[in-house]
This record gives sequence, structure tokens and C-alpha cells, in this order.
Amino acid sequence: MQSATLRHRLFVFALVAPAFIILFGVVIYPFFYNVVISLSNMNLRHFRDWKIVGFDQYIKVFTEPSQPDFYMVFLKTVIWTVANLIFHVVIGIALALILNQREIRGKGLFRAILILPWAVPQLIVALTWRGMFNYEYGAINLMLTQWLGLPAVEWLRQPLEAFLAVIITNVWLGVPFMMIIALGALQSIPHELYEAAAIDGTSWYHRLRHITIPLILPVMVPAITLGTIWTFNNLNIVWLVSNAGEPGDQTHLLVSFVYKAAFNFYRYGYGAALSMVIFFILLTMSLSFMRRSRVTENVYS
Amino acid sequence: MVKGRAKTAVRVSASYLVLVVMALVALFPILQVFTISLRPADRLLSTSLEIIPANATWANYAALFSERPFLLWLLNSSFVAFVVTLTGVVLASTAGYAFSRFSFIGKKAGLLSLLVTQMFPATMLLLPMYIMLVNLGLINTYLGIVIMYSATALPFCIWQMKGYYDTIPPSLEEAGRIDGCNQFQTFYRIILPLAAPALVITALFSFMAAWTEYVVAAQVLQDTELWTLPLGLKSFESNMGSEWGLYGAASMLVTIPVVILFLGLSRWLVSGLTLGSVKG
Repeated sequence: MQSATLRHRLFVFALVAPAFIILFGVVIYPFFYNVVISLSNMNLRHFRDWKIVGFDQYIKVFTEPSQPDFYMVFLKTVIWTVANLIFHVVIGIALALILNQREIRGKGLFRAILILPWAVPQLIVALTWRGMFNYEYGAINLMLTQWLGLPAVEWLRQPLEAFLAVIITNVWLGVPFMMIIALGALQSIPHELYEAAAIDGTSWYHRLRHITIPLILPVMVPAITLGTIWTFNNLNIVWLVSNAGEPGDQTHLLVSFVYKAAFNFYRYGYGAALSMVIFFILLTMSLSFMRRSRVTENVYS
Repeated sequence: MVKGRAKTAVRVSASYLVLVVMALVALFPILQVFTISLRPADRLLSTSLEIIPANATWANYAALFSERPFLLWLLNSSFVAFVVTLTGVVLASTAGYAFSRFSFIGKKAGLLSLLVTQMFPATMLLLPMYIMLVNLGLINTYLGIVIMYSATALPFCIWQMKGYYDTIPPSLEEAGRIDGCNQFQTFYRIILPLAAPALVITALFSFMAAWTEYVVAAQVLQDTELWTLPLGLKSFESNMGSEWGLYGAASMLVTIPVVILFLGLSRWLVSGLTLGSVKG
């Protein structure tokens, strides 16, 4: 009996240990190392001979009068996240509802095409949309001028337009994920519910409001939580579409701002401190979100 | 009744209209890349919106292999992606199983910390990892990048696998035990095959994490001999104009395998992802 429990324990250990050794080396240890760097003066000049300087870097994050400053970038990150999530969820659910109707033929084909933006590598999505937003030769301006007779837009040269371009790219990219999740949730709703509601003579809006939405919500909420974190943290699209923050570092999210500070300006201590600030913003946001929607029940049960 | 039928007809036509428009929007950028890849060298910067350009040619595709080290990048990326996928599947399937079936010290903390890692900004780990790799002399090696990629998708994959195992009844393991299998055999022979859909998703996510990653690779792989496909692609894009056609051709070749994988697995994608999140 003794040896049986021992063998059981060894088995469980062998299952979990490899993953956690990797995660320790690549996630947990670097996390604490990052805390140390954030308290130090490490940069290109002080790469080996760095020393702990306390909270100087954190103070710099909040008070440095850079152009743009922390608050501006934070505001943009919030707008970016909210705008993206609204479009992803609304368009995703709408497409899923349309695809899920009985009368629609060719569901498989439509689903395959609509899923494509998710399948294309993000790097290629970003660089291709950057090409499409080109002022003279990009397809977007060519369509605006040749088909609609509108003036060309300086997409990548003006701050507001560049920010819009980045959001448009990411909206295109993120809809399929929400659509697929919503489609899976819709398919699990028994059809009898709708038939009963139809006999009662309820309106389309009534059924959506009282049957569909409540029943897909348990699946959508974890997806939306993850989607929020992923969008807030998405470095690829903003970095590559705006070519490292152009024009004039006006197109930054918090993550791309850190990447630039760390890898273009070699300000390691400052970058690490800013990373910590972003992490705490996300942590607070997700914890309050999860407490309200009780996603954690799903994690634990 | 007639009014009802007319209403249905309107609703269905409107639905098709929306689907067709959205399908065109989804396809358009991909068609753009295809168009660019077919353009002859003297028409790279064109203001035409034709899908098949005038004097279309496959020359860009040929040039990738004859004039550029595209084949080398392809082999590099395939190697990295293969190792990362294998590691991801093995680690996520075993750890996910333990989280689903057994109680052990630190289980709750472990699950929660997996969730918390998803909130790390990309740069928060990249910066310390980069400094660690510099100090360990692992810049310009695949070892560093393979470990980093394997860890990127791992928390999500473990979570996903756990959710799927939860839907498999434990009575199956008891049946296996009665038939004389030990714990490892019940896991390996009975449970793992049943978890195939979740394994497929895990493999796909690990593969995608490695195959298309640019930001980490740009810092770690500085030697062009070691470049993976995304680095090569970016180098073509930087010379927009002169190498725009090469960019198009290379993008098509990088995208097509992923799209085929994705579409082939999309049936599993729906069931695996939603089960994972419903029962997760």
C-alpha cells in the first residue's frame, strides 16, 4: 500500500514537473528578474555594472515629460482595447447568428472563408494591411478614389488616421475567433426552445434578448476576458502596421512603447518598470472582471 | 402564412448578402498578397485594382528559391516549429491530465498562475529573457528561441487540455484499471486517444506560435543564416517597392500551409475550444 501511494505520487509528479520546470525557467524566474531590473539603473551603458536604485524608474514612468507621455499612451490603449472588443464581439456574434440559421446553404464554405483572417499569420496580416494603407499605391486609397470618387486618406502619415488604420487591421483579424466561439455556443442551444418561443408569438428581438444571449453568455464571457487581455497586449499589429510607432511615435500602445524603450533605446530598467505597471493594470482589470462574471468558478470546478 | 413566407425570404436574402460582403472583406487582403506575388518586376508599384495583374508571372516565386535563401529560412522555421509543437503537445497533455484528475499540493496556485501568465505584457518576459540569453550566450541559437516559444503557448494549452479531460468520465479509467492497466497505460492508451480534438488544437496553437513569430525572433536571431521565415519576410517588406513582389510570393508560401492546416482542423477547433471554455 505504501509503495502504491508512492508510485501514484511519482506518477503525478512526472506529469506536472516537466511543464512547470519550463514555465519556471521561462516565466516565473524571468518575472522576478524583471522586478529586479525594474528597480535598477540597467541600460546600454550600465549593462554589466548595474546597481539597484529603488523606485526611480517607476517615478520616471509616471512623470517623464516624453512625447507622448504615459497617460496619453494609456488612454490610447484603453480606446484600442474597447473599440476592438466591441467590434469583435458584435460582428462575431452577428455572423454566428446568421450562419446558424436553418435556411442558409453552403455553411461550410462561408465558415471556411470567414475564418481565414484568423488563419493568416499576424505578421503577414500586419505587413499586408500596411501595404494596403499606402497613400499612393495602397488598395484602400485606390478603392476610395477609383470606385467611390472620394479623396485619398493619408493613413500612415497622420496620427489619428494611423491609429484608425491599426484598429481596422485588428478588427479584421479578431472577428473569426469570437465568431467561432459564438457558433459553438449557439449550436449547443436546443432548437425546441426557439420553437416554443415562436409558438408563443414572441418577436425576434425578444428571443435574442431572452434565449440566445443568456445561453451563450457563459461561453462568451471567458472568451471576452481572454480577448481583452490579448488585445491589450497585442504588440504585433501596432508595431508592424505603424512601423514602430510612426508617425513620430504617435501610434503606440503601452506594449509597443515598452518594446521601443527596451530594444530601440536600450532603456532596460525603464522598460522593466513600465512592464510592471502594465501588468498591474491588467491584473486589476481582469480580477475585477472575473469577480463580477465569476469566470473563476470555471477555472476551479 | 404568405406574409410569413415573404418575411423569411427577405431574411434569408439579407443573410446571404451580409455573408457574401463579409466573405469578400475576409478574402480581399489575401487576394492582394496573391496579386502582388504575380506582378512582374517593372509593375510592382501599380495603381490598378485588377486581381490578376497584366503580364502576370511566377518569376517572384522562382526568385525566392534561386536568388534568395528562402529554402534555408523554410527549413529553419520548419525545424523550430516541429520541436516547439512536439514539446507543447507532450507537456500540455501530461500537465493538463494531472490538473484534471489528481489533487496535489499547489494545484490551485498552479492553475491560477497559468491564468496570470496570460496577463503578462509580451515585453515583460521578453526583456528579462533577452538579458538572460545574452548572459548565457544563447543569442543566435535555436535553443533559446525554442524554449521561449514552447512556453508562450503552454499555459493556454494546459488550460485547454484540462478542460477537455474534464469532459471524459473517470469511469473509463476505472474500467482500464480493472483490465489490468497501470496508471500510465490508462492515460496513454485510453484517455489520450479520446482527447484527440484537444491535442490537435494544442498542436495547432504551438505550431502557429513558432511558425509566425516575429518580435522575439527579431531580437534573438541576428545572424541571417539562422533566420526564420518571418524575419525574411520582414526584410523584403522593408524594401517596399523593389522587393514587394518577393514579399507577396513568400507570404503566399508561408500562409498556404497554415491555412490548409487551419481549415482542415476547423471542425475540431469549434468543439475543442468551446468544450474547453464551457467545462474548463
